[in-house]
Amino acid sequence: MSKPIETSSGHRGLDLAEPLIFELDGPGRCGVDLPEPDAVTNRLGGLERQAAIGLPGLSEPQVVRHFVRLSRNNFAIDAGLYPLGSCTMKHNPRLNEKVARLPGFADLHPMQPMETVQGALELIDTLAEWLCALTGMSAIAMSPAAGAHGELCGLMCIRAALEAKGDARQVVLVPTSAHGTNPATAAICGYRIEEIPADDRGRVDLAALKEKLGPHVAAIMLTNPNTCGLFETQIVEIAEAVHAAGAYFYCDGANFNAIVGKVRPGDLGIDCMHLNLHKTFSTPHGGGGPGSGPVVLAEALAPYAPLPMVVRGADGLELVEHKSEALGTAASFGRLKGFHGQMGMFVRALAFILSHGADGLRQVSEDAVLNANYVLARLQDLLTLSFPGPCMHEALFDDRFLQGTGVSTLDFAKAMIDEGFHPMTMYFPLVVSGAMLIEPTESESKDSLDQFIATMRHLAERARQGDAGYFAGAPHLAPYRRLNETQAARQPVLRWRPAVQEAAE
Amino acid sequence: MSEIYYTEDHEWILVEGDIGTCGISEFAQEQLGDIVYVELPEPGKVVAQNDELAVVESVKAASEIYAPVSGEITESNDELVDEPGKINEDAMGDGWFFKIRISDAKELEDLLDKAAYEALIAGQR
Repeated sequence: MSKPIETSSGHRGLDLAEPLIFELDGPGRCGVDLPEPDAVTNRLGGLERQAAIGLPGLSEPQVVRHFVRLSRNNFAIDAGLYPLGSCTMKHNPRLNEKVARLPGFADLHPMQPMETVQGALELIDTLAEWLCALTGMSAIAMSPAAGAHGELCGLMCIRAALEAKGDARQVVLVPTSAHGTNPATAAICGYRIEEIPADDRGRVDLAALKEKLGPHVAAIMLTNPNTCGLFETQIVEIAEAVHAAGAYFYCDGANFNAIVGKVRPGDLGIDCMHLNLHKTFSTPHGGGGPGSGPVVLAEALAPYAPLPMVVRGADGLELVEHKSEALGTAASFGRLKGFHGQMGMFVRALAFILSHGADGLRQVSEDAVLNANYVLARLQDLLTLSFPGPCMHEALFDDRFLQGTGVSTLDFAKAMIDEGFHPMTMYFPLVVSGAMLIEPTESESKDSLDQFIATMRHLAERARQGDAGYFAGAPHLAPYRRLNETQAARQPVLRWRPAVQEAAE
Repeated sequence: MSEIYYTEDHEWILVEGDIGTCGISEFAQEQLGDIVYVELPEPGKVVAQNDELAVVESVKAASEIYAPVSGEITESNDELVDEPGKINEDAMGDGWFFKIRISDAKELEDLLDKAAYEALIAGQR
C-alpha cells in the first residue's frame, strides 16, 4: 500500500476530523440569548447546585457542524448493506416515518385524558390484533420496551402461572446456540440455567432435551429459526415434551422475519414469544431508535399479562392501569414499564403491516429467506458453511476456510470495512468456531447481493493466497484504523475529564 | 512430587500434596483470545467437583470455570483481576486461578492426564 498522505489540518479531504464536544468548549459562548432571570427564592434547602456543571459553550452553527461531522462517520442501513446476522437490519420505510410524524401521533402525551387518545388506543389495539393473528396467539402484552424486556415479560408470566399452581420450579433450559439475553433473562427471574446441546444438524438435540426435562423445569427458551439460521424441525415434538413435563415453551421471536405469514408460532405449541418490532416490523434500531418488544401469549398465560392493557369498555377503548376483577386483569403480574410502551414504534410497525398487507408480509419472509439462500449458495464453495443448507433468513459460515491462512474472522471482518461493507455478526453463535453470521434481509436487491458476494469471494481468495499481513492491518481506509478492543475492555475510559483536572487527579 | 491433570472443559490442576493449583489450559487461552475479565472464588469457599467456580471473559466470549475436584479454596490469584492478560501470557504458570485443598483425591481419577488431554484437543485444533 502507498503511504497515506498527511494533511496539515488533520482533516482528510472532506472527511473532517472532529474533537469531542467538550474539547470545543468556548467559555461564555451560547446558542441562545436569554434574558437574565428574575431573582427567585431558593427553596431547595441547601441542595442547590454549588458550581457550574461544566456544559460546553458552543454557538448553534458549531453544534450543528459537530453533530453533522460525527454523523458522517456513521454507517447505517440508509448508507449500505448491513448484514448483521440475528439483527434483521432491514430498510426503514419512509412511509413509516411520515405517519409517525403526524401531529396526532407525534405530539401525544402519555398523561392525556383517555377520551382524547381514542385514536392512539385504537392504533395499539389494531396492531395487537395483527400481531396476535400473525402468531396465532390469543393475547398480547404491548408494553415491553425491546426484545430482552419482552423475554423478561414472558418469563414473568410463566413464573406467575407456575406460582398460581403453587410451584414456580427452579430451572430454565436454554440451547447452546441461544442469544445471550435468554440465559440472562432466566437468571434475572431467579431460575438456574441448564444448557441443551445442539445436534450435528445445528438443531436442538431432542434426546438430550428430554433427559433434562422434569418437574423442576419451568420453561425452555428457544429461538426459531435458531441462531444458526435453521428452522427447528422438531419443534412440535419439543413443545409436546415440554408440556408433558408441565413446563412452558418460551420462543425468542428475534428471527420471526423468516416465518411471518408462513408459520403461526401458536400452532407449534409455543406459549409465549416476543416480537422485535424493530427487526421484523422495520422500525429503526441500532442507534436509530428505541426497540419495542411486545409479547404474544397463549391462553394459559394470558391472565398473567402485565398492565397496562387496552380493553374495549362501554365508553370506547380503555387503558387498564390497575388490576380489575371486572376487566379480567386481576391475575396480572403487574406493571413492567412506566407508561404504555413505545408508541412511536407501534405507529411505524402498523404502517409497515398495513402498507404490506398479509400477502406482502408473506413475501417479506420469502424474500428474506431467498436472499440468505442466494448468499449461501454463492459462497459455500469458498467459505465453509457450518451446517448444510438450505437456511432460513441468515447463512452461518465458520472459520475453517481460514485455517492455516493466519487470517482470523475478526481480520476478515475488518477487511470488509475497507471494501465498504458493514461486517456480518462475528463469533456468534458460539456453537461453531469463528462464526460469520450473514443476514441480508429482504431489503437487498440482487445487484446489491452480487456486489457483496463478489467482495466476500475476493477476500476469501486473498486470505487463501497468503496475504495475512493485509488482513492484520485492516481496516486501512476507515476513518479510524483497528481499535484496540482488548484495551478498551480492560481499561475502559468511560468519562471525559478536562486535561487540567486529569493531571491533578 | 507434583502431578498435572486436565478436565474436558480445559481446566488444569497441578497437585502437590493435598493442594491443587488450577487454571485454564494453553489451548483454552488460545481459543478465548484476549482475556479482559475474571471473577475468582473467595478463599474459604467449599465446592463440589464440577461446581461453577470462576468466570472468564474475553473479547469473544464469556465462559465458566468449574472445580476439577471437590475441596476448599485456599487462595485466589488476585493479580488476575487487574491483569487478566497474564492468563494469555502464561496460562499454565502465572495465569493460575485458584488453589484448592483437595477433599477426595480419588476424584483425580476422573480427570485426564497430559497425554489424554493432548489427544482430546488434537481433534479440536
